[in-house]
Amino acid sequence: MPLLSLFLAASTAAPLPDKVDFNRDVRPILSENCFYCHGPDASHRKAKLRLDLRDAALAKEAFVPGKVEESELSLRLDAEDPEERMPPADSHKKLDDRQKAILRKWIAQGAEYRQHWSYEPPVKPDAPAGSEGVDHLVEAGLKQLGLTPGPEADRRTLARRLHLDLLGLPPTPEEVDAFVQDASPDAYARLVERLLASPHYGERMAVTWLDVVRFADTIGYHSDTPRNVWPYRDWVIRSFNDNKPFDRFTLEQVAGDLLPDGGREALIGSGFNRLLLTTEEGGAQAKDYQQRMLTDRVRAVGAAWLGQTTGCAQCHDHKFDPISMRDFYSLGAFFADVHEPDIGKREEGVLVSTPEQDARLAELAAAVTQARKRLESAYPSLTAAIQSWEKDFTAPETPAKKAKAKRKDPDAKLAAQAAPILKKPADKRTAADKAVLRNYYLSLHPEALKAERNAVVTAQKSHDAFRASIPKTLVTTKAAKTRTVRILPRGNWMDESGEIVKAALPHYLPQPKFEGREPNRLDLAQWLVSRENPLTARVTMNRLWMQFFGTALSKNPGDLGAQGELPPNLPLLDWLAVEFMDGSWDLKRMVRIVVNSRAYRRASTATPAQREADPYNRALARQTPFRLDAEFVRDNALAVSGLLVPKVGGPSVKPYQPERYWENLNFPVREYMHDQGEAQHRRGLYVWWQRTFLHPSLLAFDAPSREESCTERTRSNIPQQALVLLNDPTYVEAARAFGAAASAQAGDDDARLRWAWRRALQREPDATELGTLRKVLTDRRAAYRADPESAKKLLQVGLTPAPKESDPVELAAWTHAARVLLNLHETVTRD
Amino acid sequence: MDPFRLHRRTFVQQAGLSLGAMAFGTLAARAAAAAQKPGLPALPHHAAKARRVIFLTQSGGPSQIELFDHKPGLTKFAGTELPESVRRGQRLTTMTSNQRQLIKPGATQFERCGKSGATIGEWLPRLRKIADDLCFIKSMHTDQINHAPAMTQFLTGNQIPGRPSIGAWASYGLGSENKDLPDYLVLLSRMQRPSDQPLYDHYWGSGFLPSSHQGVKLRSAKDPVLYLRDPEGLPRGLRREMLDGLAELNRGTLERTGDPEVATRIRQYEMAFRMQASVPELTDLSDEPDEVFELYGPDSRRPGSYAANCILARRLIERGVRFVQLFHPDWDHHSRLTSWCTARCRDTDQPSAALVTDLKRRGLLDDTLVVWGGEFGRGVAGQGKWDSPEAGRDHHPRCFTMWMAGGGVKAGHTHGSTDDFSYNVATDPVHVRDLHATVLHLLGVDHERLTYRHQGLDFRLTGVEPAKVVKGLLG
Repeated sequence: MPLLSLFLAASTAAPLPDKVDFNRDVRPILSENCFYCHGPDASHRKAKLRLDLRDAALAKEAFVPGKVEESELSLRLDAEDPEERMPPADSHKKLDDRQKAILRKWIAQGAEYRQHWSYEPPVKPDAPAGSEGVDHLVEAGLKQLGLTPGPEADRRTLARRLHLDLLGLPPTPEEVDAFVQDASPDAYARLVERLLASPHYGERMAVTWLDVVRFADTIGYHSDTPRNVWPYRDWVIRSFNDNKPFDRFTLEQVAGDLLPDGGREALIGSGFNRLLLTTEEGGAQAKDYQQRMLTDRVRAVGAAWLGQTTGCAQCHDHKFDPISMRDFYSLGAFFADVHEPDIGKREEGVLVSTPEQDARLAELAAAVTQARKRLESAYPSLTAAIQSWEKDFTAPETPAKKAKAKRKDPDAKLAAQAAPILKKPADKRTAADKAVLRNYYLSLHPEALKAERNAVVTAQKSHDAFRASIPKTLVTTKAAKTRTVRILPRGNWMDESGEIVKAALPHYLPQPKFEGREPNRLDLAQWLVSRENPLTARVTMNRLWMQFFGTALSKNPGDLGAQGELPPNLPLLDWLAVEFMDGSWDLKRMVRIVVNSRAYRRASTATPAQREADPYNRALARQTPFRLDAEFVRDNALAVSGLLVPKVGGPSVKPYQPERYWENLNFPVREYMHDQGEAQHRRGLYVWWQRTFLHPSLLAFDAPSREESCTERTRSNIPQQALVLLNDPTYVEAARAFGAAASAQAGDDDARLRWAWRRALQREPDATELGTLRKVLTDRRAAYRADPESAKKLLQVGLTPAPKESDPVELAAWTHAARVLLNLHETVTRD
Repeated sequence: MDPFRLHRRTFVQQAGLSLGAMAFGTLAARAAAAAQKPGLPALPHHAAKARRVIFLTQSGGPSQIELFDHKPGLTKFAGTELPESVRRGQRLTTMTSNQRQLIKPGATQFERCGKSGATIGEWLPRLRKIADDLCFIKSMHTDQINHAPAMTQFLTGNQIPGRPSIGAWASYGLGSENKDLPDYLVLLSRMQRPSDQPLYDHYWGSGFLPSSHQGVKLRSAKDPVLYLRDPEGLPRGLRREMLDGLAELNRGTLERTGDPEVATRIRQYEMAFRMQASVPELTDLSDEPDEVFELYGPDSRRPGSYAANCILARRLIERGVRFVQLFHPDWDHHSRLTSWCTARCRDTDQPSAALVTDLKRRGLLDDTLVVWGGEFGRGVAGQGKWDSPEAGRDHHPRCFTMWMAGGGVKAGHTHGSTDDFSYNVATDPVHVRDLHATVLHLLGVDHERLTYRHQGLDFRLTGVEPAKVVKGLLG
């Protein structure tokens, strides 16, 4: 396929192409205007006509290839009679003259169809290896548009960009200096390697993936209560840091429990299947939630690996893509073996322990066994005492009603068991009878064998306490009985008239034959990352591109179907996809290829001409500046101020949060208690992810609730962001720490201001900038000198104590200067 | 002139103007601030009857049988099994699905009210007095039987969380008439005992629409908007100067990069600053005369109460806010219906009626639409022993009652009816989607044409199922 131009294709004034290309020129028009009524969805099809398949369209004589005048389709476009005209008025769709001309020219040229681009296997275009391949294809696209690639960004910008893109953290001024002064030709490549080896690389990569798999600490529905999953988050970080091949990464998540060489690590990854929304609502119906969970999983797999909006096919055949209801439920049937309750609380999950913890736990379990044995060996000493007790004992009468209520009371239960045994003659009693009697005796005589019994209790307690301290996480286990999956007419779970379906891959995608057996989850996982599947590698590379350029190559990363965008530079996407598969799904290798390209390294500033020629920068003559993602806004402020605790992994943390933010959460009512100590200053990706009430500082910067798979965050610019950066105690505290550090630097005000400026932005301020910031400082200083009480109040925000020896007026004034720096647009922007 | 190169003085003047105008009150400010944030160019699709909406959301499912849908014939079926010919396989929550469905007649006395003769139960004495201003829909129905999915559908058109709510759609389509406040504000009642029903952020979320359209929750707290308050030790004058410094530096970035996002950032800091003045001024009810508190009832002096929120809703409307949504929880009366439901009626009856009256006397009711209702209704069968004071009613999706007022709806009118058991809709069914289509219609919006492209599909509030504007409700 020739390189495409978004602008040529989109502009109504553009000349018609010599050869009309079905995927580029025709399909978007048909999909947008015709498929809704004449597409794959049989239930909504009008006049039994479908235009998405050539044979079907020909059978209904929709057009005559080569003969425009005889083609019904062409006549309908300009029909006088509103009843005849297509698209009809009530569709609110209208074709412009160029679109009509394209359809006619396409018919004249033979009305050839091609499969939707993303369902065809990616073919590697001819291009040099490595980063040169990227540049070759980008520059070919630019040339076609008559654009020239922009210059490389300055070194400071490159260092800052790389740190923010690969780690989600800013560089220190010293790191930037070292890079700027490194004259060796491979300085940039070495910087890339250093960052790829950083443990923070995995954290940054995890943020995107956690959105895609909708990772959260809580169940989502109704009570939105916690569940154990954070070890899965750490597994994701670890996987990226260890550069686990993406195919293995996939297998472990979808089918880690079925892998012959799985082990505990793969099992933790299989927690993916448990990340969905669940409910503990009283009154919820099992079948309702069985259905919700099935559809939730299909949507997630569709978004994460296939780039298909499968959700539509829950209720009807997809209107634009060939995915049918049968495909939808058959895909869901792969997960019918996941062991889980339909409603109610999840299990605690498997222990995620270190070998040392395992050893200690075994030790404690052995101690329990030993104490029990010691107790048991003392039982014979009781024989005489029991016999004499029995003689005088009459069992207390329990009225029937009370007995029922007491059934849960172990002592009452024991009494009820013992009563008939006591009536038996001693020689008729079984060993079990004797044990019951002994236990009953013991329950009534706390002094008997007291030391031995206490030893058991103590041993058990320390065992249990230690076990409770070990993290646990939900994983996938295979259920003994697989759930029955039916096609639900109109998605209605109460309608059980639909056909029962078995697990099957989407019919329209290339796939292996499973002779003589039904495919299972492992087959699904293997197919997802097989060479046959044309989607996964494209979807993954498309998302990766978005991370480094702000916009994906096909701009809707969640939809590579008919309503998604044919990428303006498809050869580039395909080259990356094939390169990814050829390179054994090595993700770091692909990151390296992309960030070492000239395209990535370009300056993000644009001339007005460039802006005009390519307003959305799809051709990539330049880089694109964008605001940092929510978590990195936080990380950046903590890093610049020196408060960041860079520890990797561990339980989720709770930063300061406005009072009563959770007041509408219920079952049970909860009070938010923010963490103390180092947990207060951890990175954003560790913040407790409460689905229905996400931390407001993250929410303001577009972090998704993760109730659904999110493949692309919006990037809004709203007043709440200003309020967060100015007033959230986390940021006030960061400003104070940053201000204190600045004021402690050597030199005069200007020297200190320069130091702070470089911490925040890794560049020198110009004279005007320095002047403005100096004015903030000196004005504040004067104001607080006149009102020192206000200065003291300002310094009390947050947990970190203000340095004792410092002058409150001075510190308050510097806090303000720091606050200005932390609020700058440039500070929260990666350019 | 390059619009982004605003001189510093211009900024200050603009802020000063808006604050001054706010102090003057309403209409002048609205005029001055008009066209600050325009909506979509194609909107309105037709002349709007309503310019603003107050949505009084009653969360939990108020019982239509006690409040509005009078079924005197039920007494003779008291304690008998609901005929299958009526029930027709209706699913129940697991709370009552194992129990016999024995009919519990309505617990209230009814009266025909006003000239229109609307039927209103005795627990709503104040509403009875304004019956001729109201338009009742007796034939509402929905698809969901559990709270969260039903409320999500009721507000976003889809039971799966994550779609934009109706207020976000209105903000997106129509923009704002006030530049000092967000377009869509949400007020939650602060209850006097812990509330039974959780209320989630996604109920007023913007879904895939730009987040500037999400509902902003006005809390009854020191910070009515999250993070609104400056840290201690920061007098407002200092804040202004600091923001000037910040704006100056950001303008330098704008000049250097030409990136329009920088210009937006500068404007958003200004908006945040204005909200710091406009929101406290808005939420401070001390300038309301005593007679207003008397009108809305004694609870209106308790900050965060439904009654106080009704006053706030009026103040927001006066300031040109597009969409105001109140939430009053705890209408979920599975047990002790008489005691709990009367308590909710006491919370809401007088303030709801007062709001309509107050808007009317200020001339605001004509172009303000007031909507009252919950996510579903309640079933005719008793939950628990039907004739015990402990009894309640389970959720019921097949019919429930809502009312609307002002904004182009037919006053003194009752639309639709139910069967003798208040179980099935008998005439003129109105699905939740139809309600959405109708509210948008009143706002001058064609629900089929207000769409947003997301992941390749054109989404709309009313979804893909057929939805209609209910002509019978239009005045």
